[in-house]
Amino acid sequence: MTIEMRKQYANTILELFAKDDNVYALEADLSGAMATSGLKDVLKSNYINCGIMEASMVSIAAGINLAGGIPFVHSFGQFITRRAFDQVFVSLAYAKLHCILIGSDAGITAEHNGGTHMTFEDTGLMRTVPDAYIYDVCDPVQLKYILEKAYKTKGVHYIRTARKSFPKVYEENETFEKAKVLKTGNDITICANGICVSTVLNAAKQLEKEGINAEVIDMFALQPFDKETLLNSVKKTNLVMSVENHNINNALGSAIAETLCENYPAKLIRLGIKNRFGQVGVVNYLAKDYGIDEESIIKEVKKALNK
Amino acid sequence: MNLEVFAKKIRYYTLKEFSNLGYGHFGGSLSVVETLAVLYGKYLNVNPNDSKNYDRDYFILSKGHAGPSYYATLALKGFFPIEKLYTLNANGTSLPSHPDRNLIEGVDMSTGSLGQGISVAAGVAYRNKFKNKTNRVYVIVGDGELNEGQCWETIQFIAHNKLNNLTIFVDDNKKQLDGYTKDICNTFDFVEKFKAFGLNSFKVDGSDVNEIDKAVSKAINYTDTATVIVLDTIKGQGVKMIEDIMDNHHVRLNEEQALRLNEVINKLEDDLKKEGELL
Repeated sequence: MTIEMRKQYANTILELFAKDDNVYALEADLSGAMATSGLKDVLKSNYINCGIMEASMVSIAAGINLAGGIPFVHSFGQFITRRAFDQVFVSLAYAKLHCILIGSDAGITAEHNGGTHMTFEDTGLMRTVPDAYIYDVCDPVQLKYILEKAYKTKGVHYIRTARKSFPKVYEENETFEKAKVLKTGNDITICANGICVSTVLNAAKQLEKEGINAEVIDMFALQPFDKETLLNSVKKTNLVMSVENHNINNALGSAIAETLCENYPAKLIRLGIKNRFGQVGVVNYLAKDYGIDEESIIKEVKKALNK
Repeated sequence: MNLEVFAKKIRYYTLKEFSNLGYGHFGGSLSVVETLAVLYGKYLNVNPNDSKNYDRDYFILSKGHAGPSYYATLALKGFFPIEKLYTLNANGTSLPSHPDRNLIEGVDMSTGSLGQGISVAAGVAYRNKFKNKTNRVYVIVGDGELNEGQCWETIQFIAHNKLNNLTIFVDDNKKQLDGYTKDICNTFDFVEKFKAFGLNSFKVDGSDVNEIDKAVSKAINYTDTATVIVLDTIKGQGVKMIEDIMDNHHVRLNEEQALRLNEVINKLEDDLKKEGELL
């Protein structure tokens, strides 16, 4: 276990603000949940708690950027995308403004908040926004790097993250430009992102003990999508599995399917949320129920390889 | 600048845009002509040669469908050549029905999805106020647009942050696309509603440049919080034949209407020539 994602988020904002007082942090009454309430003392008027108005918050952020500020805007993933989608689309993306949207409580990490708060469609919505940068991050090292990268890159960024602690995947000072090949192997390519990365790594280690060598890739960026790293691996394995904490439609599995069909057709097995809503439960229970836990991954890999 | 003459010129070129096209958002474009004339003729500190300067005054047309009269105003202010006005809605144009900040010089914000422009204006005003800047922000929202809940969310934000550098105009032309606002979703008393939300608010005759001028000056002098100027206007304002059309939000001219509109344009042209305003 490492630092909580939300603490890493708040710390990164503080570091960026120390260097650039054009940095803003916006909330819609969830700073208590995101551990950002302490930012107010340092950021002063650059910390804005709008109240419960996510759609307005997104357009207000557009105005902040129009006047020269760089806004980081947080809410739970479903509110910052699904609820405020037209504002994200028109006020930010269509107007070609610079803004970093943080959607927390990615998928099953919403746990006890249940179906209304469990977003499996946020990345799918964002994938239809032209030029949007989309990330599903897996640990604090990656989150920090992506936040800094988004700060430096003009455009609309959507960063999907858990709020609390998840197993550490990367060492400090790792960089995140191309997709990360975390383990090499010749039997199958397994792509994951977000909280599924560490689960897939554990599953791959188990499989190795049984003589199955999986190549594991962290596809943390959904847009732009690193086709090259994926195709290089598939040309070796000719078999792909995607594992995601999201509806299998229009996110990681879909991006892989599109890439394969257009470039190098190969068999693909998509693990993720299949035509279902969210529900209450702890992460381990939900991962098993939706078939994205270690056991399900191992079972599906063996089935695909007839082993 | 003579604001009455400026308004007349804006109306003239707005009608020429529509006449050239044969259709358009006549009603809501015409009802804001006088307000645009006052803002761009007297108050806005903007420079066509430095249109993105962060120290400029900002203007956001939240009711984006009034684009054509906004374009005429910007062209007359020198942001782009007058001839470009006749490309309104043409294939590949930079002048779509609704303003696009990335296509048109002088447009501060892309608008058209109603309710969003007022929030963007609030964001600009927030940053400028707390950066202790002296530039001002102006936004025009439609009376029908105020059906959108987003507007009222943002009014709370504006009141809470006492954005005294922001002036909000409500173009109260009494009609929206489907008919009278009172029949569709009654707006009741705008002035009292905005006061109840904690802002300064009063009504003026939105067809009289001198009244609007006085109102803007009064709004600037209120230093406690934002001010809402409710413009008492007529949809299709200043062009009788358009005012008389019930469904005048968007009009496609028939042959007879096109001829009559040309007469109106010719009359405006003669007037402006007599005043030495057109070559």
